[in-house]
Parts: sequence; C-alpha cells; structure tokens
Amino acid sequence: MASTITADVRTESSTATRPQRKRHSPYPLWFYLPAAILFIVLFAVPTFASFYFSLTRWTLSETEFIGLDNFRQFFSEPFLLQGFINTFVYAFFTSGAKVVLGLLLGLLLTSRIIARGYLRSVVFFPVLVSTIGVGITFKILMDPFDGLINKTLAVFGIAGPGWLTNPDLALYSVALIDIWKGVGIATLIYIAGLVGIPQEYYEAAKVDGASKWKNFWHITLPLVMPATATVILLSLIGGLRSFELIWATTGGGPGFASDVIGSLIYKQYQAGFYGLSTAGNVVLFVVVAAVIVPINIFLSRREVAS
Amino acid sequence: MKREKTLGWIIGILAVLASVVVFLVPFAFILVIAAKTAPEAANLDFTWPSQWVLWDNIRTVLTTRNFIVLRAFINSTTLTVFSVGIMVVVSAMVGYVLQRRRSRWNALVNFLVLAGLIVPPALVPTIWVLEGVGLFRTMLGLILVEVAFGISFCILLFRAFIATIPRDLDEAAIIDGAGPARLFFRVIFPLLKSVIVTVVIVQSVAIFNDFANPLYFLPGDENATVQLTVFNFQSQFSTQYNLLFADILLITIPPLLLYLFLNRRIVEGVTAGAVKG
Repeated sequence: MASTITADVRTESSTATRPQRKRHSPYPLWFYLPAAILFIVLFAVPTFASFYFSLTRWTLSETEFIGLDNFRQFFSEPFLLQGFINTFVYAFFTSGAKVVLGLLLGLLLTSRIIARGYLRSVVFFPVLVSTIGVGITFKILMDPFDGLINKTLAVFGIAGPGWLTNPDLALYSVALIDIWKGVGIATLIYIAGLVGIPQEYYEAAKVDGASKWKNFWHITLPLVMPATATVILLSLIGGLRSFELIWATTGGGPGFASDVIGSLIYKQYQAGFYGLSTAGNVVLFVVVAAVIVPINIFLSRREVAS
Repeated sequence: MKREKTLGWIIGILAVLASVVVFLVPFAFILVIAAKTAPEAANLDFTWPSQWVLWDNIRTVLTTRNFIVLRAFINSTTLTVFSVGIMVVVSAMVGYVLQRRRSRWNALVNFLVLAGLIVPPALVPTIWVLEGVGLFRTMLGLILVEVAFGISFCILLFRAFIATIPRDLDEAAIIDGAGPARLFFRVIFPLLKSVIVTVVIVQSVAIFNDFANPLYFLPGDENATVQLTVFNFQSQFSTQYNLLFADILLITIPPLLLYLFLNRRIVEGVTAGAVKG
C-alpha cells in the first residue's frame, strides 16, 4: 500500500507542471497559517530559544549569560556524562534488537503456520498500551524478591538477578521492556515489507535450486531493506528520546545508573536548573541530528542503489 | 507438502505457547491482581483471586481522593478530543495545499515537517513561551502543545492520501464556482474520511497515553491526566497493589476497546505512517 502511495506522489508531481493561475489560486497559502502559527510559536521558537537559554543560568524570570558553562558541566559531572553514554547504549541496543526480532517475527508471521491472526494481534497490542502502565507493571514483575519473573526462575532453581536494582543491569532491563512494548511496530513494518516481495524471485531461485538460507540472504534481506531502514530510523529516534519508560521503572536509578538525557532534562528542570536542563535539550538535539541524518542519507542511498 | 503442514502446526503451537508466556501473562497478571483484596494482592502471586473483588476495587479507585481518577478521565478525554480535532483540520489543510500547489514555500514546509518528526521538543523553553502567552498550566496550553508536536506526522499522511484524489474533481468544483474554502471543506475534506479515521486513531492513542507533555506543561493535581494519576498512585498505593493495578487496568481498557473494534484500521495507520515517516 505504501509503495503505491509513493508512486502516486511521483506521477502527480511530474504532471503538475501546468501554469499556476497567478492571482486566485484555488489552493490558497493561508491554509498553512493555523498550523504554521502553532508550529512556529510552540515548536520552532522554543527550539531556537533553547540555543540561547542553554548558555545561561536561568530561573524563568531571570537569565544570566554564562557561556558554555552548562555544557562544560554536562560533560564533566560523571552522572551527567553517564546519562549521555547511556542514551546511546539504550538506543542502539533497543534498535538492534527490534530489527532482529522484528524481522524474525515478520518471517514467522508471514510463513504458513497456524494462529497467524492471533499471533499478529498479540504481538502488536502492547504498542497501544500506556508506557506508564507497562513500566509500573514490569517494575513489579521484575522485583528481585516478590516479582513473578524471579519467582518463576526460582522454581527452576535459578536465582534471578535484581533486574532493575542492579546498577550494571538496570539500563538493559528497561531496554528489554522497551523491546517488549515496541517490537510489534517493527514486526508490522516487516510484514508489510515481506508481503511486498514479488513471488517470482523465489520461483526463479527455486528453478536454480537455491537453498532456503540462500533465498533469505540474497532475496529476502536485500528486498526488505526499505523496511529495515524504517525500523532502524524509527526505533533510533524513539530510543534516543526515551524518557517515560525509564521514569516509570527506575527513575534513572539505582543512583544514576540508568539515567538518559531525557530523564536528566527532567531532573534538572525539577531541581530548578533551567539553563542546565535546556543545555541537556540542546545536547539531545545534536545527538539525534548527528545519529539520524547520516543514517538517513546512508540508508536512502543504499535503497536507490539496490 | 505434508511435512510442511505438520511443521506449520508444530511451529505455530510453539509460537502460541511462547506468546502466552511473553505477552499474555503480564496482562493476566494485571487483571488478577486488580481483582484481589489488598492483603491477598500484597504478595504479588500470580494466582486466581480467592475473592473476586474487581468491581469494588475499581469503584474505590474511581472515588478515592475526591474522585481524582474520574476527573482525570474527563481531563484526558478533553485533551484527546480537542487536540485530535484541531490537529486533523489544520494538518489536512496543510497537506492539501502542500500536495496541490507548487510554490516556493513547498521546500520550506517539507523541511519543517521533517524537522518536526525528528527534533526533540525543547521542554523548558516551551514552558517559557507558554508562560509568555499566559497558557502555562492550562488545558488549552497543553492541547495546543500536543497539536504543535503532532501535526508533522498528520501532514505526511494527509499529503500522501490527497495525492490519490484526482485533480479533475477540484477542477469540476471550480468550474461550478466553488471558492477555495468551499472546495476544500465541502468537496475534498469529506473524501478524506478513511485517512482521517487513521489519523484520529493513531493520535488518540498517542495523546491518551502521553505522560511527558502533561508532566511538563500541565502539572498539578486538579488537572492530572489518567497517566499522571497512575504514576502518582505508585507511591500512594505502594501497599495496595490491587488498587494500583485496578487503575492500570482502567487506563488499558480504552486502547483495548479501540483495538478490538478497529484492529485493521490501526494496523494500516501505523504501517502507513511508519513507512511514510
């Protein structure tokens, strides 16, 4: 469906070169106005203002220009630096897992197995559930002593770890919950991509006697590349910006072990360090741009090439 | 062929079993804890409640602290309905002109739409702007913020869909003497029904479940949305897990109902939106 839409856009724009009626276009530019006002006032202005405020000590009523001090502090305080690094770890771990699991589930749910409809529904449902609800539920399921997960492991004689209380593990445990909640979207995107691969390729490969593994490696994987690009971009954008799930499960703890930039922004805001909080916002902006833009260029180039 | 069929059965059964453990048990857990009495819920066992008191728990949650959860539901509904309503109209207008008219603004608008999808909102400066216009800590302020953060996604969906509506229709209406506003609101807008349904569903779920924006832009108990009440109950009800989970159950019901009735629509919307984005 999506590919037909893009095709239509293309033909549309190539035939749309007819001369414009100069004065009374039936498509007036003032249609942009309501959206533009909201977007500029509540999104663009704050974004530009953030560059200035990140250079100040700021209490909403008063600002004092302090140059790059906030950024210096951001990269010298160990707990702030930790949050910066955690953001990357979290985003790349969840993104990678969603690509792999999403593709596997996509393959499974497009193959000939029973209960496909049920499985698709059940994998997708957590996407729609509130992040806070999921976070609190898993916080209790992952409780080191009373949690269902460790109680179940104990039945098999395994001493479960302190999922969210062990500083070395907490960030990854939250990432696991994120994957649980978000893998449904990745799966759906892969299903759409896999269904779109023309059967002729597989038939031709069958004539040539290609093995299943070769089919996957040389047909499925390259042709499902647009879906992979979408999953990578979406999950990286979401992962780098994550805040809610971490806030609902660990609150950045224990200590600062699972803080990310998103939670640091909120903590600094709560503590009244508005300048530092905004500097965190600018750092996040730069991180997202620095990760997403090159990947986007790389992936769209590969798509054109293949 | 026969071997493949049995294999399909075996893998299918294994997948169903795994899905029950991984995806259904957490939801069943919410339900059984929410149906228990407080002392029984305290040990967090995944067992059938000896006394089924789900309705009592839900009633307690709704009436506790002077009906805060009930009011939160009203707040969340207000927020969702108005945000999504405004978003649909203003972004359909943009998507329409953006698709139909070639002007020097196109490049800029396309760039801003993309930026709106990727750039994380600057939170404290947004509070600063809201204070400046007198909308901080107001429902209207939060509604407008949700619209501003959500329109990029909607514009993409509308633009793609409007590309499939033939221009002949516009021309016929123009010949019949329709002005721009009439052409859009009377002729084009009604044809957008299916994409409007998609936008409404996707954005309703997103805004109803939103936690971060209400946390920043509409703090305070009297304005709390349902997500905030659940979060706050975490500390309040730390000894009454049955009530905490009854509240979680309550906020899970709206998306569940939506999913049961509009499964196909949601799936379409999410994939279309994702692939476009």
